[in-house]
Amino acid sequence: MAIELKMPALSPTMEEGKLARWLVKEGDTVASGDILAEIETDKATMEFESIDEGTVGKLLVAEGTEGVKVGTVIAILAGEGEDASASEAPAASADQGKEAPEQVKEGPEQGEKPAEDKKPAESGTANLASEIKTARDPEVPHGTNMKTSTVRDALRDAMAEEMRRDPRVFVMGEEVAEYQGAYKVTQGLLAEFGPTRVIDTPITEYGFAGIGTGAAMGGLRPVIEFMTFNFAMQAIDHIINSAAKTNYMSGGQMRCPIVFRGPNGAASRVGAQHSQNYGPWYANVPGLVVIAPYDASDAKGLLKAAIRSEDPVVFLENELVYGRTFELPELDDHVLPIGKARIMREGKDVTIVSYSIGVGLALEAAETLAGEGIDAEVIDLRTLRPLDKEAVLASLAKTNRLVVAEEGFPVCSIASEISAICMEEGFDNLDAPVVRVCNEDVPLPYAANLEKLALIDAGRIVEAVKKVTYR
Amino acid sequence: MPKAKNDAPVAETAAVADENFALHSLQEALEADRRYTANKEELLHLYEQMLLIRRFEEKAGQLYGLGLIGGFCHLYIGQEAVAVGLQSALDSAKDSVITGYRDHGHMLAYGIDPKVIMAELTGREAGISKGKGGSMHMFSVEHRFYGGHGIVGAQVSLGAGLAFAHKYREDGGVAMAYFGDGAANQGQVYESFNMASLWKLPIIFVIENNQYAMGTAVSRSSAETHFHRRGTGFRIPGMQVDGMDLLEVRKAAEIALEHVRGGNGPVLMELNTYRYRGHSMSDPAKYRSREEVQGVRDKRDPIEHAKAELMEMGVTEESLKEIDKRVRAQVAVSADFAESSPEPNPTELYTDVLVESY
Repeated sequence: MAIELKMPALSPTMEEGKLARWLVKEGDTVASGDILAEIETDKATMEFESIDEGTVGKLLVAEGTEGVKVGTVIAILAGEGEDASASEAPAASADQGKEAPEQVKEGPEQGEKPAEDKKPAESGTANLASEIKTARDPEVPHGTNMKTSTVRDALRDAMAEEMRRDPRVFVMGEEVAEYQGAYKVTQGLLAEFGPTRVIDTPITEYGFAGIGTGAAMGGLRPVIEFMTFNFAMQAIDHIINSAAKTNYMSGGQMRCPIVFRGPNGAASRVGAQHSQNYGPWYANVPGLVVIAPYDASDAKGLLKAAIRSEDPVVFLENELVYGRTFELPELDDHVLPIGKARIMREGKDVTIVSYSIGVGLALEAAETLAGEGIDAEVIDLRTLRPLDKEAVLASLAKTNRLVVAEEGFPVCSIASEISAICMEEGFDNLDAPVVRVCNEDVPLPYAANLEKLALIDAGRIVEAVKKVTYR
Repeated sequence: MPKAKNDAPVAETAAVADENFALHSLQEALEADRRYTANKEELLHLYEQMLLIRRFEEKAGQLYGLGLIGGFCHLYIGQEAVAVGLQSALDSAKDSVITGYRDHGHMLAYGIDPKVIMAELTGREAGISKGKGGSMHMFSVEHRFYGGHGIVGAQVSLGAGLAFAHKYREDGGVAMAYFGDGAANQGQVYESFNMASLWKLPIIFVIENNQYAMGTAVSRSSAETHFHRRGTGFRIPGMQVDGMDLLEVRKAAEIALEHVRGGNGPVLMELNTYRYRGHSMSDPAKYRSREEVQGVRDKRDPIEHAKAELMEMGVTEESLKEIDKRVRAQVAVSADFAESSPEPNPTELYTDVLVESY
């Protein structure tokens, strides 16, 4: 029976890719484990292996083709004892025998049916995507030329610029150097700065977080990458007990200018142990600065500020945002102030406060609401500690209604903190109770449908806004 | 010849000074008689188990490519002899097993139904964790398989805890805790070594040295790359085993189990093995050459090795093909089951967070 080879998904977030190169040709015999093709994703070039034995029939997608959707049939493999040429085309010549045309007929039919039944599972994180453009940041001087950049490249550029500027800055973490970063954020740094400043560690989070903290105490400017912040829990003692408290305990003598950075929050279907937002955890600790940017400009401007800061900074990125493209100001030295929120969209009827990936959802919700006659203001906190409560309260004074949107657990969250601030300091301006829109209060499930139910989405923000505006 | 044997240490003279320090006795016992003697039926059974893991993992890789499996998916292809060789020596009525996120093979080697494993990979109601765990988080208390853990190194301390429970309850069980050459550098591993040895806990620490911690070769991450020596400072005897040779693995397991069941405390085994695929599905594996992988496939493959031995014993090519057909059919049934099972009921989102209501 002819086997259809389909364009594979080679990462949790891949939807399409480039068929870079065929390593087999029509008529080749292949065994399971043989490499059939090279496929390029946005992150890497991957090898596509055969799991079946057989003869390569038709190659249906030419090498070099870009944007091949996952699931597209890219080649036909004839099984053992079959005629590979039989799978070439329906118009097989008559003298090929009776069986061949039947097989050919069978092929596409079988291919079609699974296409309906076996639909790839959609991740709940697909709902976290947003295409909405953001308002201009007043911190960026008027008339600045804008280019576009992914968040991934913006973060890399921030590190590279700071490393050029200050020889004390170095980057350390798992797979940051030779592998070019587990999520390719440190791509190219090893080539430019060499192995004394771009350092691969063993899998020893507690150890290298401690070494980084000690190096900062000793006068260097470490940027410590955690492959994800889930793994930083192995190292959290150093972040909190060693880094955050040193300045205070030493009466201001001993500083700890370190940046702990890496992806935070839910990724795509990686389950409970790899999907958590640690923003509220770190924001709870005096002595730390906690930053969680959304777009490329903030990612770059705030990471540069974090590296220059005299204080320990926890810099929370988001894997699902790394590949998104935003406008980025073309400035020689784009540094943004820490502790300042940003109005992403102006509005007068209701305020939606968010940060990190939630900002995109809030903007999307605001678009939907605009269509229904509700004018929402969207605020990106950008820094979680110190929190820019003036910006939140000023917006509340204008709109009198507030919703907090947060991709994270609801209990003891940043949303809870914002609610408390509004109660304590903005009570007279409230026309409705503050509403929190967060993930469901459960560990993140793996199953696609449950993940979708567990995660925040724009629809839930819209509902909450309608609640506080009594619509 | 496996590379590990070629550069095996000759003697560790520093430790020999202490006569009572029996760190090498197990290694010596293994070197004196390296391979387990399996009869034809036994070897056929173990061969089929390895083949099941290989075909299951190939299918899982394919389902991932079709988008039916999401997130991270770490395949065990190449390492089959380790789980099968070790676990076949365990007493499944009382011993316990724990491992990291590359866990499909250990579950299959313990006889857990491939259907419920595959259904967990596709996130369905019939999955062994009701679809809530996924590839990295699978458990079977019934089989004394305690996971399936996503955080590198965590399972080592947890395994020592399982051993603590065996000793506390005096149930005669031994815990087997698997971890990789990458996890071997986590600090908690050594904290656990110390307590396990101090308290003579019945545990076998198994380092599956597949040569790469994600993209980092052992020589770039480890000051001491002979991992079996790493228990020395805690007086834990070490063994260095060819993890690509099923019968050597089995023999080493028997020697280690005898020592641990005798109340002598933990054993540290280093199994030299190799993973053919990337660290996870999204790893392009540029840190090693295609030739290196192909070389291991051609020369050291544990399944091909067992197959050759079976043929020497007189098993025919046809009967081996029959086994392959049977295994492929079993895997196909699992995949169909995993694709056709319904997704979990939405109400499952809120179940199992806590056991009791408050």
